[in-house]
Amino acid sequence: MVTRLFSLVVSAAATAALLLPPEVAAQGEPIRVGFLTVKSGALAAGGRQMEEGITLFLKQRNNTLAGRKVELFVADTAGQPAVTKSKAQELVERDKVQVIIGPLAAFEALAIDDFIRQVKVPIISPSAAAEDLTQRKPNPWFVRAVGTSAQASHPLADYAAKTLGYKRIATIGDDFAFGHETVAGFQRAFEDAGGKIVQKLWSPLNVADYGTYISQLKGDVDAVFVSFAGANGPRFLKQYRAYGVKTPILANMTAVDEGVLKNMGDEALGVISSGWYSAATDNPANKAFVEAVNKAYSADPGYYTVGAYASGLMLERALEAVHGRIEDKDAFMKALRSAVIDNDPRGTIRLDEYGNPVMNVYIRKVERRGGKLVNAVVKTYPNVSQFWTYDPKQFLASPVYSRDYPPAKNLE
Amino acid sequence: MGFWITQSLNSLALGGLLFTLSAGFSLIFGLMRIANLSHGAYFMLGAYIGLTLLRTGMNFWLAMLLAGAAMAIFGALIERFVLRRLAGRTLSQVLATLGIAFMIADACLWIWSGDPMPLPGPASLEGAVPVLGARFPLYRLAVIAVAAVIYAGLLLVVERTRIGAMIRAGVDDLDMARAVGIPVKTLFTAVFALGAGLAGVGGVIAGPILSVYPGLDADMLPLALVVVILGGVGSLTGAAIGSVVIGFIYTFGQALLPDLAYVILFLPMVLVLVARPRGLFGRVTT
Repeated sequence: MVTRLFSLVVSAAATAALLLPPEVAAQGEPIRVGFLTVKSGALAAGGRQMEEGITLFLKQRNNTLAGRKVELFVADTAGQPAVTKSKAQELVERDKVQVIIGPLAAFEALAIDDFIRQVKVPIISPSAAAEDLTQRKPNPWFVRAVGTSAQASHPLADYAAKTLGYKRIATIGDDFAFGHETVAGFQRAFEDAGGKIVQKLWSPLNVADYGTYISQLKGDVDAVFVSFAGANGPRFLKQYRAYGVKTPILANMTAVDEGVLKNMGDEALGVISSGWYSAATDNPANKAFVEAVNKAYSADPGYYTVGAYASGLMLERALEAVHGRIEDKDAFMKALRSAVIDNDPRGTIRLDEYGNPVMNVYIRKVERRGGKLVNAVVKTYPNVSQFWTYDPKQFLASPVYSRDYPPAKNLE
Repeated sequence: MGFWITQSLNSLALGGLLFTLSAGFSLIFGLMRIANLSHGAYFMLGAYIGLTLLRTGMNFWLAMLLAGAAMAIFGALIERFVLRRLAGRTLSQVLATLGIAFMIADACLWIWSGDPMPLPGPASLEGAVPVLGARFPLYRLAVIAVAAVIYAGLLLVVERTRIGAMIRAGVDDLDMARAVGIPVKTLFTAVFALGAGLAGVGGVIAGPILSVYPGLDADMLPLALVVVILGGVGSLTGAAIGSVVIGFIYTFGQALLPDLAYVILFLPMVLVLVARPRGLFGRVTT
């Protein structure tokens, strides 16, 4: 009886709340933005850079977007999926956030995917790159400010085959989903352009020593494509040079990201990589951005900083389109998906129908400029989609990129 | 042929690193009967301290010794003011070392940021040299040599000095050692300091190969456990042989059966635990 009475009261209250137009409830109240990042554990460096990116953005906007104040709720997921889930719940249920920016890692994003579908809170990914989040299993409430794992791999493979004229390449990558997807995309585009992947090595994420792998790499290849995240890129390159190997290195975006490049030395020189950003990109929006980040944090922005900053820009554009009325979720989500961001440091960004950016991909070469290592842009591939030049329907009909897909037919 | 030579040298170099990590772990385990779960954290903290010293332009080997000394003092303080208060309660002590490990990891994150940082090795040891037809990094050869020197030095202390005799007595039979008047409390502090110091030295030696990054502690601790369980607790020779064996298993396992690297790494440990619980050279049963 009591429960029935209780549920009656609750539903009456809920009905009353529904009858109020959202603007009335919201007028003058701040927009509540949740931010999932990592402040402890092995991923903390990227998490800190993410937080710097969003903090700088909100500071530049004086905490006001589309005429409304913004309140930021930062939560530390420790890079653990279970914690990510409880933090996301906390943000939604206790802090009543209306939009979430985060989390950092793909496995974290996957851990809260169901929850986001349930509570229908718009979420902007500033970092997580897992292919299927915007491919075979798109979430109607999920958009991405960064690309998919392989989005920058395809153009690099094209560059390697057509501009550098490489024919035979060996690969080595972190043995987890991000590594698998970046390498798979590279392999597919490289072999479609006439090249051959003759060797594929996978090293555990927490491998103690790369010496074993480096001594196994074939000597008769034109280049080695490496895909590493976090501390592994610098660790690998340092050991690679110690072995005196001269084979050129092609790298994914994070292996020589500005976030780790600042602590690297000559071992990084000459590495050619690809990414949707380089701090050395020559456009006015980026120059202002790099200057502001350097002033505030005395370092160049990289993958994580630009991801969070760009998420802010995307949020701003969508809020402007709905005149700040984030309470109208459907309209806001629609605005988010159709936003065209022309003041992004990476160049103009718009989303495809799956919620993933179509954007420039830069081929970058590590050079020393003024005593500092930078990713100098050597070529720009404009408006690159997550599907590269492939037909989206066919692309989606084949399995997601993995350790064994596409199958390697040219191994020796 | 080149493959076998290079990978064997790789195995020895990794074994050298593992020995500096696990020698102290083994001595502490043998004497005090506790698995020091903060050992990986001492290794990492030592590397960070070494990095800070190197940034002042200090000589690499001096930085290594100073980082080791700093960690020895740190270890002595931990033993004296934390572990001794929990004397006789092994489980509480192990949990305390785990807590200390977390605190060190967080403090490192706070002080040195989370950025992965390479530790510059000595300039004179840069580059690769030809060894029997294969090219091998000079620094790794130096690691093998340094580990051998540390092993010889420790062996001399443990086998030939009075304090070494006390340590051996304590490892063999703690109650009897106490009964014959060996100052066991002081011995505990000394051995814990020695172990922490060795871990600190190991962190600096490993730095140019592994770099320093948050998570280094957690990556290394299981390796120390494997080595010590395989080689036997409380035995220097056990730690040395265990390190080399694990170095070979790890390296060749990854090279020949990459998908099973971890199975190959931990399977010998399981087999040894089943067949010979005290380890290959163990003096005490764990």
